Amino acid sequence: MSWLWEIFKATLAAVAVFTFLALVGAMLGVYLERKISGWIQSRLGPKHVGPQGILQTVADTVKLLQKENIVPTNADAITFNVAPLMAAVAGLLAWIIIPFGPIFGRVVIVRDINIGLLFFIAMASLIVIAILLGGWSSNNKYALLGGFRSASQMISYEIPLALAVLVPVMMAGTLSTVGIVEAQRGGWLGIGNWFIFGLPGNRWLLIPGALAFLVFFTAATAEVNRVPFDLPEAESELVAGYFSEYTGMRFALFQLGEYAEAFAMAALTTVLFLGGWHGPLLPGVVWFFTKMFALVFVLMWVRWTYPRLRLDQLLHLSWKGLVPLGFVLVLVTGWLLI
Amino acid sequence: MLLDWLYVAVFAVVGVVMAGLPLALVWALAPRAEYPQKHLTYESGVVPFGQAWAQFNIRYYLFALVFVLFEVEVIYLFPWAVVFRDFITQRLGGFVLAEAALFIVILGMGLLYAWRKGALEWV
Repeated sequence: MSWLWEIFKATLAAVAVFTFLALVGAMLGVYLERKISGWIQSRLGPKHVGPQGILQTVADTVKLLQKENIVPTNADAITFNVAPLMAAVAGLLAWIIIPFGPIFGRVVIVRDINIGLLFFIAMASLIVIAILLGGWSSNNKYALLGGFRSASQMISYEIPLALAVLVPVMMAGTLSTVGIVEAQRGGWLGIGNWFIFGLPGNRWLLIPGALAFLVFFTAATAEVNRVPFDLPEAESELVAGYFSEYTGMRFALFQLGEYAEAFAMAALTTVLFLGGWHGPLLPGVVWFFTKMFALVFVLMWVRWTYPRLRLDQLLHLSWKGLVPLGFVLVLVTGWLLI
Repeated sequence: MLLDWLYVAVFAVVGVVMAGLPLALVWALAPRAEYPQKHLTYESGVVPFGQAWAQFNIRYYLFALVFVLFEVEVIYLFPWAVVFRDFITQRLGGFVLAEAALFIVILGMGLLYAWRKGALEWV
């Protein structure tokens, strides 16, 4: 009955990861977002619920649980109800292949799938379908426009995202996330062999490595619909975009999906370019979370630094800038590796 | 190998259940006060004019077409990227890179064509 045991282990892991995402991704993420926004805008942010307002999102969740669930009569009820679940599950599935670092000599990861990166990209594009379904099924003009905008934006940025992933894959020669982090072991202080700095003995790879990091992070920001690429939910023109019609907990599930995806993108950037759990002195897990939260902070910092792009600028940046650059980076990496 | 996908399946099922839990709580806890106006879709405070599912010009369909082409072709580059280092150790790196370069150049010409034809312009 070993497969029953495996199902039991998988269930435990799924519950653990989902709880982690709900607590750290959604609750702490929203709190950090509000606190950092406040700090950047010289105000205090949430302050009254708990010490330094740390329980604010708990209070918000309790409030959302008491909100009536409204399905508009015009809406397509089945798709309308499925869409938020799909967004949350897509955000969860992406975390299967994220390695957190070694604890007692064993790397903490749900499954080290041999085509892990391909799987991650597939799950990242699953959330587009959820958004499109949500926007269409609401039968609301704002939601529909938000959903369509989101689709055009996300499909445009998926290609530079996949191309930038190819650069570390070529350096490491594997699609497994654990394999990629292992390939970045060692070097000066455990930092020197991160892919953003190229390979040992071939420092010219620093150029495609660092550029691929920038392309990946830009495309990842666009994939998770964050400012300056937040056109799908541009609140000053489209009310709330694709989730205009969603109330209470369903709205929260969409938020959970987006924060899970944003944290997953930060985690994957760490894995691909910043050496995963490698670093001096401190235990690996600490390094992994430090890097991940640093990147999450950058995402929030960018939000209050850059204005939103116009839709045509957004598409031009991808198709006329990042896509050709991505192809050139792949060729340059290949040429330098030989 | 197959076990990995068992985990993915279990995660999908558990994810739906866990995400469904708060919805069940809402169903049990939240008040219900029904009146027909509440179930109208939001349209800046006025009664919605017609359906949202009208015919309208989806202007980015050309982007969608170009996307399908490029996404498929990027997927072809993934297996190439994985085995590339093995070919370098067999001293075949230059040959394999030239093949990939040929592939990417054809792709690039496709992108240039779409660009010149104005498929990448937001009209």
